[in-house]
Amino acid sequence: MQQYLFLIPVLPLAGFLLLALAGKTMSKRAIAFTGTGSVCVAALIAILLCTDYLSGNSGNAVYIQSLWQWFQTAELAVGLTLRVDALSLVFIFIITFVGALIHVFASAYMRADRDYARFFACMNLFVASMLVLVMADNLVLLYLGWEGVGMCSYLLIGFWYETAANCRAANKAFIITRIGDTALIIGIFLLFRELGSLQIPAILDQAPQRFSSGSGAITTIALLLLAGGMGKSAQVPLQTWLPDAMAGPTPVSALIHAATMVTAGVYLIARMHTIFLLSPLAMTVTAAIGSITLIVAGCSAMVQTDIKRILAYSTISQIGYMFLALGVGAWSAAIFHFFTHAFFKALLFLAAGVVIEYLHHEQDIFRMGGLKKQLPLVYYCFLAGAGSLAAVPLISAGFYSKDAILWYAYSAAGGNAIFWIAGLVGAFITAFYSARLVVVVFWGDRKTPVGSPPGRTMTIPLVILAFLSITAGFIEWPHNLLNVHLFSEWLGTVLPATSLRGGHPPEFILQIVAVVITLSGICTGYYLYFRNTAVLAQWKSSRFPAAAREFFFSGWKFDALYNHLVVRPFLFLTGINKRDVFDRLSDGIVTFSKQFNRSLSFSQNGSLRWYVAGVLIGILFIITIQLIL
Amino acid sequence: MILVIPIIVLLLGGCSCWLSASKRFVVCRWIALVAMLAGLVVFSSLAMTYRGGVNGTAWLIDYRVNWIPAIGISFHIALDGLSLILQLLTYFLGTLAVLCSWTEIRQRTGFYFFNLLATIAGISGVFIAMDLFLFYFFWELMLVPMYFLIAIWGDSNRRYASYKFFIFTQAGGLLMLLAILALYFIHGQQTGAYSFGYFDLLQTTIQPSAARWIMSGFLVAFLVKLPMVPLHNWLPDAHSEAPTAGSLILAGLLLKTGAYGILRFVLTLFPEQAAAIASWAMLMGVIGIIYGALLAFAQTDIKRLIAYTSVSHMGFVLLGIFSFREIALQGVVMQMLAHGISTGALFLLAGMLKERLHTREINKMGGLWTLMPAMGGAAMLFTMASLGLPMLGNFIAEFLVLLGTFQVNSTLTTIASIGLVLAAVYSLRMMQSVFLGPLAISGTYRDLSLREWVIIAVLSCSIVVLGLYPQPVMDLVKAALNNIIHHSSGGI
Amino acid sequence: MMPVHANTVLIVAAVLFLLGLVGVLTRKNILFMLLSIEIMLNAAGLAFVAAGSKWQQPDGQVMFLFILAMAAAEVSVALALVLQIYHQYKTLDVDALKELRDK
Repeated sequence: MQQYLFLIPVLPLAGFLLLALAGKTMSKRAIAFTGTGSVCVAALIAILLCTDYLSGNSGNAVYIQSLWQWFQTAELAVGLTLRVDALSLVFIFIITFVGALIHVFASAYMRADRDYARFFACMNLFVASMLVLVMADNLVLLYLGWEGVGMCSYLLIGFWYETAANCRAANKAFIITRIGDTALIIGIFLLFRELGSLQIPAILDQAPQRFSSGSGAITTIALLLLAGGMGKSAQVPLQTWLPDAMAGPTPVSALIHAATMVTAGVYLIARMHTIFLLSPLAMTVTAAIGSITLIVAGCSAMVQTDIKRILAYSTISQIGYMFLALGVGAWSAAIFHFFTHAFFKALLFLAAGVVIEYLHHEQDIFRMGGLKKQLPLVYYCFLAGAGSLAAVPLISAGFYSKDAILWYAYSAAGGNAIFWIAGLVGAFITAFYSARLVVVVFWGDRKTPVGSPPGRTMTIPLVILAFLSITAGFIEWPHNLLNVHLFSEWLGTVLPATSLRGGHPPEFILQIVAVVITLSGICTGYYLYFRNTAVLAQWKSSRFPAAAREFFFSGWKFDALYNHLVVRPFLFLTGINKRDVFDRLSDGIVTFSKQFNRSLSFSQNGSLRWYVAGVLIGILFIITIQLIL
Repeated sequence: MILVIPIIVLLLGGCSCWLSASKRFVVCRWIALVAMLAGLVVFSSLAMTYRGGVNGTAWLIDYRVNWIPAIGISFHIALDGLSLILQLLTYFLGTLAVLCSWTEIRQRTGFYFFNLLATIAGISGVFIAMDLFLFYFFWELMLVPMYFLIAIWGDSNRRYASYKFFIFTQAGGLLMLLAILALYFIHGQQTGAYSFGYFDLLQTTIQPSAARWIMSGFLVAFLVKLPMVPLHNWLPDAHSEAPTAGSLILAGLLLKTGAYGILRFVLTLFPEQAAAIASWAMLMGVIGIIYGALLAFAQTDIKRLIAYTSVSHMGFVLLGIFSFREIALQGVVMQMLAHGISTGALFLLAGMLKERLHTREINKMGGLWTLMPAMGGAAMLFTMASLGLPMLGNFIAEFLVLLGTFQVNSTLTTIASIGLVLAAVYSLRMMQSVFLGPLAISGTYRDLSLREWVIIAVLSCSIVVLGLYPQPVMDLVKAALNNIIHHSSGGI
Repeated sequence: MMPVHANTVLIVAAVLFLLGLVGVLTRKNILFMLLSIEIMLNAAGLAFVAAGSKWQQPDGQVMFLFILAMAAAEVSVALALVLQIYHQYKTLDVDALKELRDK
């Protein structure tokens, strides 16, 4: 299997090249075939790789394939080397498998678009970059994938480039993530200075020997890596780009801004876990950022009216959970949440895409409604996804992953009650807005004229994802229910087991609290938006709730803050110096010599007698000087 | 001897262009193209021959004949990996410059190609001259025809721009001439043998106080060319007013002569003094990165915008050179190549836009992707290159420069990294206001023609290859860079 | 004949020179300016001759011959110029001829 490793990223890359160069001349069928086929074959190889990994020596299996020496000089050698271990495999599986489903969906969803080829070219390039990111054996290659996905995200958010707002959203996404990326690359420089290597395994090996726990250098490195992750994964305070990124086509939101790219930060931190383990401060910061994010974004998700923005904020919030888990040292729980989240969030986005398309590009949920009867299949799929998002106990995948995170937030070595409460508040909010979403969009009366229902190419991916949103959780059960821990065992070869602190209450108490909170969240949503909508209307008219709603709706005013703090000063600074102050300096020299010239040229008036007089005066002057000296 | 042939071919070709144009001006562009291609072939074959390097020395070819022996001037040219790589770039971009002027230049075509070829000959000579007198000769040779290129075939404000260009570079050049003469006399008085030879002058020991002044003479000339803020302001004017090929050569090659000069002469002739000013020079480099980026963001003239990105990018070169690290110097060489290609390509695209729309004002553009998807795609590629996207050459360059510099001065490097964010800001702004957004113009405009497509495709391939497989370049210049570091290490 | 003292001759030469100078400065007609220049040249020649006789050296007379030759050459060129100027501008007034002034 090892020698075919390169095919996984190369196939989508080949798809990209073909579509980018020859896309104009290809028929839509051929484009769809190339774009979707390349990712599907990559998914197939990835699945073969997984089975190979499972069936083979289940010990420390690592696949390595060295393609070529990228660059090498002095003490630095960087190869284009792919390295796949259990952690990478999870990501590869999600990227290719969910990616393939989304590609299939998109081949129908985007069919009417003029730039069909460009869409699939960008999507394929994205898949290739993302695969390089998770298969990289050194940090430079990882950074290559990291920036590559950023660029594809930029290209796809701005896919409908004729609308200026889309381009602005794309620019915003690129620039804000670039800020994080720059922190990441400074972290890479620092790692290289301290360790003299950029190979990930070498770094992970040497770091514990080189650094003492909690030393300044390692904390700086960890925080810089964290900042990189925060940019990509839209964590507070770099989260503002993700809601705007919904300007892209819905399959893009599903693939890039829900399932894969935004979890790159989670991958990075999990990949560099040794560094983080050496720095308790960085771990706490990670967990704190995760908890803050999950509440901040959750609150915003509660009040949004645009279905895609709700899902976007919910994505930020769910990634907040992953960061929280990473921060408390629950590595496999974080990755497990990534795993389930990829399924149900991709599902929700795709289903939302179907709804939007069905209602002639209507995105406001309050103008939807009554779709349960028209789109029963989509409804049940969406229900499965929303249930999973809300973490309905036992029958949804989200429950298993979120339950693990909540448990570890309290009881892991880095956990404490604050993180747990933050997680619980988040769980309530999540359940609330999931219920709100389902109730408002699918129940009640129809409010908008409908179009034609989705075809089979679009529904089959939904059904597969819905199935997985329910069942994917069964591979990892809470410790006190069933002794099934396939997922954490799988990751055990890469990530350390979570150490627990003493003195925590029995697990089932925490679980029951969490379940009660979740169910009450769902009930609140159901009550407020279906049973008794008058309460809500009353709140809307009173002052404080309306102000709070406005505050949450604007994403906690982060955009306005950055606008005042960064954007305006920057525009002012560049605006006043548009004509380059140094140019004025050199122009000053020019002006001075021109003036000087003018005053001298006064003497050159062309009168011969004037000149003769000048000569005479000169002679007299010289003679006088001669006589005096 | 083989090194002289391309230069002679260029000069002869230039003269025959001038002469033949009066009869048939179509002939002269073919002459120019063949002359450039001949040089490209010669140096490509040399690069193939010497890709493994020569054992024991950094110098691959050394050719020397006496010229004016009475005052110690010889015709001494030599080639090492650094020169070879820059020669390749010279003839590569030279060929493209001829191609992009194919239809753009309609008046005085013969004289135009004469100037173009003479400039390239001068640049080519600068990269191999090992006698300071000869070096100065070539230095002036590339300057004067460039002045004509801007002054005659430039845009509306061409006189101002060409004078500014000439005066800035000439003032720097004269200071360098003074410095060369001072070095010559000091060396002569010490050893009794008066010589302009680079290798002779390397042996000179100069009093520190004198050395500082002499180095400044060299440095000013090179920093004006590089350019370093605040000596940069000839550049936006010259770049924006020059014809497309002129901008290409200015950005792609002329700026590199400054970097080459610092590497070849300043670091090795005055190691102690260079080390003494290193942190200041790095600071100026960082200021250049940030300042250029801020200015680039504010511009509305597309060629001025790209010109300021050059200022920003060349800041990385200055930063890297004065870190004296092999990694950083490798990055510097990569930056010279990658910047030459990517910024050259952006200027070409700007030229093509100007040819079609007759404006350089980005506020009058917008949504051009719809009309010219191929050009838009190319612009996207090179914009991404210029903001340092991995996979493309500029990333390797900036990464290596910053990585090497970080070990010397982490604070400055961190500030320089802000330049990466700013690069994204100005690049995306350019992309958005030219190619994206709602369509701002009406009428039909044709996408890339076959000739333009070939130019762009060649440049795209080179930038991608540089980004994914830069190792051959790095192997080729390794010995030369180590030689420079070896000479300059006395100062550290 | 009484030998004339060198000083006397020099004074005559100086007076001649000043006459010429004043002529150049005050005259408006180019032709008269040329005449004045000739007077100045001859004044200089006279001074040379006087100096030569004072120190009993032939150099003074040699210089005078040079001045003669030069004056002849100068006059021929100058007269040609004057003719051309008159052709082109129909005037010989120097105040009207200010083509060389800097604008």
